[in-house]
Amino acid sequence: MATPVLDKGDAAGKPEAGFADSPYITVTFRIRRFNPEVAAEAVWEDFQVEIDPKERVLDALHKIKWELDGTLTFRRSCAHGICGSDAMRINGKNRLACKTLIKDINPEKPITVEAIKGLTVLKDLVVDMEPFFQAYRDVMPFLITKDTNEPTRERLQSAEDRERFDDTTKCILCAACTTSCPVFWNDGQYFGPAAIVNAHRFIFDSRDEAGEQRLEILNDRDGVWRCRTTFNCTDACPRGIEVTKAIAEVKRALITRRY
Amino acid sequence: MSTTDKTAAGVGPVEGGAVYTVDNPAPFIEAPRKRTKKTPKTTRGNFELAAWLFMRLSGIVLVVLVLGHLLIQLVLDGGVSKIGFAFVAGRWASPFWQVWDLLMLWLAMLHGANGLRTVINDYAERANTRLWLKALLYTATVFTILLGTLVIFTFDPNIR
Repeated sequence: MATPVLDKGDAAGKPEAGFADSPYITVTFRIRRFNPEVAAEAVWEDFQVEIDPKERVLDALHKIKWELDGTLTFRRSCAHGICGSDAMRINGKNRLACKTLIKDINPEKPITVEAIKGLTVLKDLVVDMEPFFQAYRDVMPFLITKDTNEPTRERLQSAEDRERFDDTTKCILCAACTTSCPVFWNDGQYFGPAAIVNAHRFIFDSRDEAGEQRLEILNDRDGVWRCRTTFNCTDACPRGIEVTKAIAEVKRALITRRY
Repeated sequence: MSTTDKTAAGVGPVEGGAVYTVDNPAPFIEAPRKRTKKTPKTTRGNFELAAWLFMRLSGIVLVVLVLGHLLIQLVLDGGVSKIGFAFVAGRWASPFWQVWDLLMLWLAMLHGANGLRTVINDYAERANTRLWLKALLYTATVFTILLGTLVIFTFDPNIR
């Protein structure tokens, strides 16, 4: 069988308009800088970067840090959308800098980059994630079984049972959802979407036996009932998890006690 | 080293104006959302669940009650001009309309109060503000419900 030929369209191979000579354009990055040792208030600082618009915002941040201003501080580890370190507010929307292409966010205008909201900014784009992880730990994100003996065989599960919570297994704990939630902005005691998503992942796991306990934790005043279904979390999730739907499923499980 | 000099020069008068060193470190930034001893304890019980469910169920009932009420009062049979003491007296002679109005009063007041309670919880930032706003809300709710109930049950059409 012949190898299929991809991209047979007219545009294939033809350079896009304006990019014929050089792919590089000048993009302004307006970054919210904060350094508590220099000033008590954050300031916006503009950086002009010569960059290919098909590169990512993270590449631009690297360019700024490595070539323009080494004091720029941000988190990143894998740089490929898996570790969840570099969630930030880009053009007013929570995204992963490593998954956002510059061409997709209108490089004609200055691109604003700031730390995610609702958590204490430590420096520049770095926030204190501790309250976020505290809420995550509170929902006990690990398998709990009533049988305390060491298992002698694998815990098997049908494909349908696995499918039940497949969506919520995708979470990378980047905090983009929780820090896009207006309820969390105002009251950090709210568990937040990410913690509920990770509780959902175990509540609906047929192998887990602590669903009742987890539901009780989320039945709290600061649990799922504080969700106002604004869908900010679903919009923000870089993994495409239907966060608000997961929260609604936890609410339904609390009412019907079936999960 | 030049970077050290630059940093030292850049340090402004923050929190006392000292230049931070190992002996005199930068102020520790306490997370505003950190769980401390003052953080409210987790609540047990199903109050939030019941409140959430009540909002949905009372909302459905209120759609019928309120739209029916508005239709009768403002649209049917001559519209708003017909409403007078005699009209109210005639309606409340029937237990059906007494129950309708009583149900509407209780559901609407509790629905609205619960909605405002969540708004206060969401928007009032300080615990004290929250407490006082809620105290005001509950007082107003209880007062209106009791007064309305009293009027519906003790209404006298022959009052002078």
